[in-house]
Amino acid sequence: MMYFTPLKTAVILGLCLLGAILCIPNLFPAPATWLPWRQVHLGLDLRGGSYLLLEVDMKSVTRERLESMVDGIRQALRPGAIFYQQLEAQPDQKRILLRLRDATKLDAAQAVIRPLISPEGPTNTPEFQMTSSPDGTIVLTLSQVALNARALGAVQQSIEIVRRRIDETGVVDPQITQQGDSRIVVQLPGVSDPNRVKELLGKTAHMTFQLVDEQANPNGGGLPPPGDEFLPMQDNPAEKIAVRKRVDVDGGDLTDARAATNQQTGQWVVTFAFNSLGARRFGDVTRANVNHRFAIVLDGKVISAPVIREPITGGRGEISGNFNATTATDLSVLLRAGALPAPLTVVEERSVGPELGADSIRAGAISLAVGFLLVIGFMATFYGLFGWFANVCLLVNLVLMLGIMSLLQATLTLPGMAGILLTLGMAVDANILINERIREEQRLGRPPLSALEHGFTRAYNTIFDSNATAFLAHVMLFVFGSGPVKGFAVTITVGIATSLFTAWMLTRLLVSRWYAARRPQLLPV
Amino acid sequence: MFMRPTFRLVRDGTKIEFMRGRYMGLIVSAILSAASVILFFYPGLNEGIDFSGGIVMEVRTPGPADFARIRSSLISENIPEQGVQRFGDESEVLIRLGQQPTEGAVQQTVDRVRTALEKSIPGVKLLRTDAVGASVSAELFRNGLYALGISLAMIMVYIWFRFEWQFAVGAVVTLVLDITKAIGFLAITRIEFDLVMVAAILTILGYSTNDKVVVYDRVRENLRKYKTMPLRELIDLSINETLNRTLGTSMTVFLASLPLALFGGQSISGFAWVMLFGIIVGTSSSIFIAAPILLFLGEHRLRREGAQAAPAKLGATTRP
Repeated sequence: MMYFTPLKTAVILGLCLLGAILCIPNLFPAPATWLPWRQVHLGLDLRGGSYLLLEVDMKSVTRERLESMVDGIRQALRPGAIFYQQLEAQPDQKRILLRLRDATKLDAAQAVIRPLISPEGPTNTPEFQMTSSPDGTIVLTLSQVALNARALGAVQQSIEIVRRRIDETGVVDPQITQQGDSRIVVQLPGVSDPNRVKELLGKTAHMTFQLVDEQANPNGGGLPPPGDEFLPMQDNPAEKIAVRKRVDVDGGDLTDARAATNQQTGQWVVTFAFNSLGARRFGDVTRANVNHRFAIVLDGKVISAPVIREPITGGRGEISGNFNATTATDLSVLLRAGALPAPLTVVEERSVGPELGADSIRAGAISLAVGFLLVIGFMATFYGLFGWFANVCLLVNLVLMLGIMSLLQATLTLPGMAGILLTLGMAVDANILINERIREEQRLGRPPLSALEHGFTRAYNTIFDSNATAFLAHVMLFVFGSGPVKGFAVTITVGIATSLFTAWMLTRLLVSRWYAARRPQLLPV
Repeated sequence: MFMRPTFRLVRDGTKIEFMRGRYMGLIVSAILSAASVILFFYPGLNEGIDFSGGIVMEVRTPGPADFARIRSSLISENIPEQGVQRFGDESEVLIRLGQQPTEGAVQQTVDRVRTALEKSIPGVKLLRTDAVGASVSAELFRNGLYALGISLAMIMVYIWFRFEWQFAVGAVVTLVLDITKAIGFLAITRIEFDLVMVAAILTILGYSTNDKVVVYDRVRENLRKYKTMPLRELIDLSINETLNRTLGTSMTVFLASLPLALFGGQSISGFAWVMLFGIIVGTSSSIFIAAPILLFLGEHRLRREGAQAAPAKLGATTRP
């Protein structure tokens, strides 16, 4: 128990040294890129920055899928002259309802629809379940499996788009991660006013090109004719335009978009370029509709609806629509980054300015220093030499904690700093248990070496049990906590582990060395 | 100072009969906890926005804060001005707004406050903005409860496996009493109840368990050592033997938390005060609550295996 082979001694001291080496990267920036330079990150509450929790609107994912299916069915039924009374997406029930005018056409309708819902890809389960009843109704229900797959895809795609949009703003080192099933965490260090980012993320930026129905009267108050929709103008929502529901060209086919000024008018415009598919479609539509109006629709609002003067075949064009430098740039950023599959809502926002962060660091550092000194003073006063052994361990403990946190590249938050201090207060508990036990064994009349042996052995049982329970509580905090509180849980859990090491190994090593050198008749505990 | 201890907290070989105060301890604890439960419902906790949802903005103005101006600028934006209060030094202002009808409205309100302040007070700085929507706040609260509940369950199972079920029940009942008192403390002091407070309560849970385990551990050891000593004496002996350690550790944790309460700044000092309270409660409950419960539950069961046949068998059959 009290004897350490040279190898064991070397391993213990080596681990302490390793801890110290791991702390070094926190002191200055990496001198060379090939060095593994792992540091403790400062949390947003200390360095200043913004934390945004975004929620992907899953309802709209469902609705969109249903509506595009309705479109597909409408087009499929037309050639066979299958007429219907009702064809409607019902997003709340996750289904599509089709009521035929003529119930005898039920089989024909099903035959036409079946290829549309046949499984695609490797999953081999149909996306929709089709049921029919003899009165001529067909119900298509979106399966839960397909819905989950689509939701997962939507979140992952949203993360990608969010990352691209934020990268465009030049924020350094943003962190974008998924949380739960439908949420995205965005952390923006150094951004204390997240307004611009929020604006960029607040739009789905789904752009479409749709023909204008020039016969319809959108501002007369009636319902839109079948296949049409009335959309408001972006600049003047009171004014509506009747556009065909059919999307001729989709913004997903864009390869580039830039803000520029039109050389003739001097106005801000957004120029764009299509990929080959988009360019061909755009060419076809413009060729067939010269002298008609073509609406450019963004998120359900018409940006502009210019008249097509001549076919546009090169796949390039420009959008004009009352832009200034900022709005043109923003729109080009959004179009370049691509459309979000569903709208995002900010459900939680926390931003901390740099001043408050600096205040917090100062407050944390002062508390840490004062607390550390108080604990050291206490141990020295009440345990003398054995208290100083504990104090050495305490210092090593602090170094090891920082070392491990650097290795994990953990985030240090203000509650995390509190956690470090509390850990230091609790870490000496192991030494107190050991010291008290040794003292007790000596009082029972054991000679020094035997008292040390028994003291350490017996104290360790207690130390293990008492730390295990505290460890459990903090692991739970890590699992269920969020943000800065997670940082607190990390520091405490790491601290419990390191304090077990210093108590079990280092204290014993120090005491055994001291005993071997002095051979005292009485232990000064 | 470098050799022998200068002081001892408690002299060696004390023989205080703690178990004489067992009824007193339990009654006082039950009354305090009952009062805390009442305080929890009336007046209730001062819930922070983590759990109630809403907006908190911390603002620093260039000079001393002009409250009239801040209020009027908010009123002009149709934002209720009751939520404006002083915070920290005289140039700092806290604006607190309740839950908004929708997630989108939260965001709009934040923007409106921001622009209103920037317009009316040039040079104003937003130190901190927290906006939590209703769905998130409900979830945060639920997660906090989960963390608490699962921790308690795990502690109970762990102690049951390592000791006996009487120890586990004693510890968990005591912990629940400790936690209710901490909540009562929060209700009285009006310290804001937020996520960090859940961390504080879990830390108290960890600390308090730690403290109980040390006493229990000694009881377990003494049960093996003194096969015929009555349980009441044995528990008293165990508490006395571990008294220096119990007080010593609570002192060091207390000393470590004190600077946080004094210098830790607004956001962490509440946490530290709750910790300080929890340390005192946790330490005293090890002696006056956990130990008496163990005495009541274990009186005829927790007796030496083999020494006296009858009670040992009884103990064996009731043990799960």
